[in-house]
Amino acid sequence: MNSVNDRSRDIGEFVPAPDDDMLICRCEEITKGEIRRAVHDGMWTMTEIRRYLRTGMGLCQGQTCARLVKGIVAKELGISPAELEPATSRAPMRPTEMRILAKEAQD
Amino acid sequence: MKRYDLIIVGAGPSGLSAAIEAAKRGLEVVVFDENEKPGGQLFKQIHKFFGSKEHKAKIRGFKISEDLLKEADAAGVKVVLNATVCGMYQDKEITVRINDEMHHYKGDTIIIATGASENMVTFPGWTLPGVIGAGAAQTMMNLHGVKPGSKILMLGSGNVGLVVSFQLIQCGCEVVALVDAAPRVGGYGVHAAKVARTGVPFYLSHTIVKAEGEDHVTGVTIAEVDSSFKFIPGTEKHFDVDTICLAVGLSPMSQLLKMAGCKMEDNPKRGGQVPICDEYGRTSIPGVFVAGDVSGIEEASSAMIEGRMAGIAAAEYLGYIEKEELDSKLEELDAALDGLRQGMFAPKNRGQMIEKTDEGIDISTNLLKKGYVADDEIERFPGVTRAKGIHPVIECTQNIPCNPCQDSCPKKCIKIGANITALPAIDPEATCVGCGMCVASCSGQAIFLVDETYEEGYASITMPYEFLPLPEVGDKGIALGRSGQKVCEAEVVNVRTSPAFDKTHLLTMKVPVEFVMKARFFKKEV
Repeated sequence: MNSVNDRSRDIGEFVPAPDDDMLICRCEEITKGEIRRAVHDGMWTMTEIRRYLRTGMGLCQGQTCARLVKGIVAKELGISPAELEPATSRAPMRPTEMRILAKEAQD
Repeated sequence: MKRYDLIIVGAGPSGLSAAIEAAKRGLEVVVFDENEKPGGQLFKQIHKFFGSKEHKAKIRGFKISEDLLKEADAAGVKVVLNATVCGMYQDKEITVRINDEMHHYKGDTIIIATGASENMVTFPGWTLPGVIGAGAAQTMMNLHGVKPGSKILMLGSGNVGLVVSFQLIQCGCEVVALVDAAPRVGGYGVHAAKVARTGVPFYLSHTIVKAEGEDHVTGVTIAEVDSSFKFIPGTEKHFDVDTICLAVGLSPMSQLLKMAGCKMEDNPKRGGQVPICDEYGRTSIPGVFVAGDVSGIEEASSAMIEGRMAGIAAAEYLGYIEKEELDSKLEELDAALDGLRQGMFAPKNRGQMIEKTDEGIDISTNLLKKGYVADDEIERFPGVTRAKGIHPVIECTQNIPCNPCQDSCPKKCIKIGANITALPAIDPEATCVGCGMCVASCSGQAIFLVDETYEEGYASITMPYEFLPLPEVGDKGIALGRSGQKVCEAEVVNVRTSPAFDKTHLLTMKVPVEFVMKARFFKKEV
């Protein structure tokens, strides 16, 4: 187990910061404070954060915020962003309406 | 389900280059691109490219793109636009959204050339309308003909920030400041210098404190930062702006590769999440290749070579060519890529502080801190000489891989030599005839023709000029120095336009002779 996933590690208490109300994921309207708090709630991976808060699940599919969220989570955990595994990549890569996703071309 | 020998995702410089090489070797190739126009970022690049002749130097980006498309078409490549690749699965199957349907295709090989997306930074107000990416500004201007704003602050002094700032000025916007948290200009000095001399102030070691405005940007405050990037109180500066452009780096769009199961790594030197691949773009999945920014942020010229490598590697993988041909072609392309990855800005030198040129000359510290070479620094560079009569003054002060000026001079006045990153020097034996070919050929707009004996008491200075409306002979105005500050009165005495100059106009102004080494830009009196 590397230190990133060692959940017994003490990362300290959540400390409020003046920029906690700044929007980070604009599609799903998630703030910096919500992301930081989620880490203290036990969400230590990008996949967990995404499921918990829906960051990166909106129209831009994380194109804008994924890197920002990763930076915030890493800082809260006291590690480098490069050590954090990115969230799983899934189809569709771009926002696609369900009616289109379900419409398979016959060719 | 339709099967292709090679499916390429992304019709930018690397994707098209890969397609051409593979199709020429007999592969049936399709290229999918989600955009309505092909060419990736190349179509937005209206400036002349650096490099050597082989690297398409002094050709404007969009023209390179047009040439690639023609070449691809002639080779039989099928380019499908408005086609969004939504998924990549086992056994090289992809799903593509075209119109309102999902199509499935299978490739015996796949090349991912999806490029990169722009990074953002956060500050209070960063979500206000009016805060845009520099790439977005470029798309608005150069693809759609829309002016992004009137008064603009640019954050980021890398080549993207510098080039887009220049284009914004060309578009008729006022760039009020160019700001970077780093202590030194990140991009080419010549790109910085051509922005600085139009009067744009550079604020290094500064970043944005906040964007102001209720429902759109109306202003911005910046402040100086210390070496740990903390704001220094009392250094705040305010600007009235309607647009803030962010040019703070790119991230590879590598999600398709991760989805398909390629081994990935997070490599800050390559820009983020990238596939683990060899130098020819072979990923951990046999038959899946990558090329261009998706495998590490660089620029278009190297992306084109990487694309060619991947295209040839795919041809060999499928048995369309023998290993001997692969090896000899790759060796050739390796040499070309190596030629591009030289000089102060080479990937291997990233993040390093270089204090002297290869020639042993001290780098201009002013250029790195303020965006222009100071008057007392310029004459130590080999392209800057004094002579009787008309002669070129080449304000090229960093070792970058570029040499079109050398070939442009019909009288062989300019010497760079075999080493493409060497600073250009003037051959004192050769005689300049004032044709201006070097001025127009310099992608960095760093060459001037100077005649200190133009008229009694007056010198003439010929500069590259790419702004509209074009001044006319007889127009009076002021001459700006390298810093963008007024140095003296000036009068336009000649304006030359020629197909050979490829839309770079040559503007000649006359100034009192004592300002001959100071005046570098003309601003019309209004």
